[in-house]
Amino acid sequence: MHGFANPARFLRIARVLTVPLLVAGLLLTGAALYYGLVYAPPERLQGDSVRILFIHVPAAWLGMAGWSGIAVASFVELVWRHPLAGIGARAAAVPGAFFAFLCLATGSLWGRPAWGTWWVWDGRLTSMLVLLFLYFGYIALAGASAREGGGSRIAAIFGLVGAVNIPIIHYSVLWWNSLHQPPSLTTGGSAMAGPFLWGLMAATLGFTFIFGGVVLARMRAILADVQAEARLRRKAEGA
Amino acid sequence: MSTGLKAKHQRLVLIAIAVAVLIAAGLLAAWALRSQASYFYVPSEMVANPPEPGQAVRLGGMVQAGSLKTAPDGITINFVVGDGDARVPVRYSGIVPDLFTEGSGVVAEGRMDADGTFAADTLLAKHDENYVPRELHDMTEAQKRAAVEETSK
Repeated sequence: MHGFANPARFLRIARVLTVPLLVAGLLLTGAALYYGLVYAPPERLQGDSVRILFIHVPAAWLGMAGWSGIAVASFVELVWRHPLAGIGARAAAVPGAFFAFLCLATGSLWGRPAWGTWWVWDGRLTSMLVLLFLYFGYIALAGASAREGGGSRIAAIFGLVGAVNIPIIHYSVLWWNSLHQPPSLTTGGSAMAGPFLWGLMAATLGFTFIFGGVVLARMRAILADVQAEARLRRKAEGA
Repeated sequence: MSTGLKAKHQRLVLIAIAVAVLIAAGLLAAWALRSQASYFYVPSEMVANPPEPGQAVRLGGMVQAGSLKTAPDGITINFVVGDGDARVPVRYSGIVPDLFTEGSGVVAEGRMDADGTFAADTLLAKHDENYVPRELHDMTEAQKRAAVEETSK
């Protein structure tokens, strides 16, 4: 565990993993989306509009997983002061926000034909919108503290506090009457027929690989920035 | 070294407690909100605690099978929304969503009339968590078996 906190060792591993993750993710996502958009059968009530599922559900999962990752990294940073944890959290914020936005946008496009509305203020939709705003706040806060050279402890605390929203998103459709339906995939089984389920699994795995590859690439970029800045500072002090 | 280890463990305990308290507070708040944060009332709530006539509310439930009737004007429909315990008659004029059918979920925005009918301004279809391909849904059990055998030959 502590071995990964060494930036040099992390960089060696990240350099090997980044491209394979991105390539595998793109191939798997491409295949799953081709299947989902072309071959998957129309749904009994929704017809062809069900195909948006293959983007909407992975985006929702990654929007929530992204913040869960930020929360875990923030915890590690606050307790063990690993510099890499803060960098990992910062690197996950932008792709996480992107997927939260993608979830809201595809959900809106899906809501119009399925429900008859682009948007309603029900528990699920509202808590997901709050997640997107939390991402914006986190990105601004982490960026500001990085620019000012201070520690990222305030951003880490914000990452931990914002994690409260994640279970609320999940349980919003169970606690409250909402227009959004309850989850189809639970530990008890799947209310989704095989042709949808397997395509969805593949798309989710593919998008997750892409997410992982992007986070690694962004962590490398942030580390390179930090090193370049440190080198400049040393030079300025030496001169 | 020993003081560093101690500080680390102290932080671990303190932050773990803070996170646990934070999550408990969030969940309690969300739990306490459960009646206010609901998007609609179900028919049994509507019958037990009727809203003032004319007050804007949302009613959600299942469109009862066999209850959907089109009025002679051709655009007004009448149907009954139920939740297994209570039933509320609904009147609506306008275009219905594609997924609006008998036996499926609906959320109606509108108000109670003095005569106990819910006058809806907007209908939203609510679908459930089941995703079933169209072909399989229309088939009988025997046809499904035949289709599976044919494709697995």
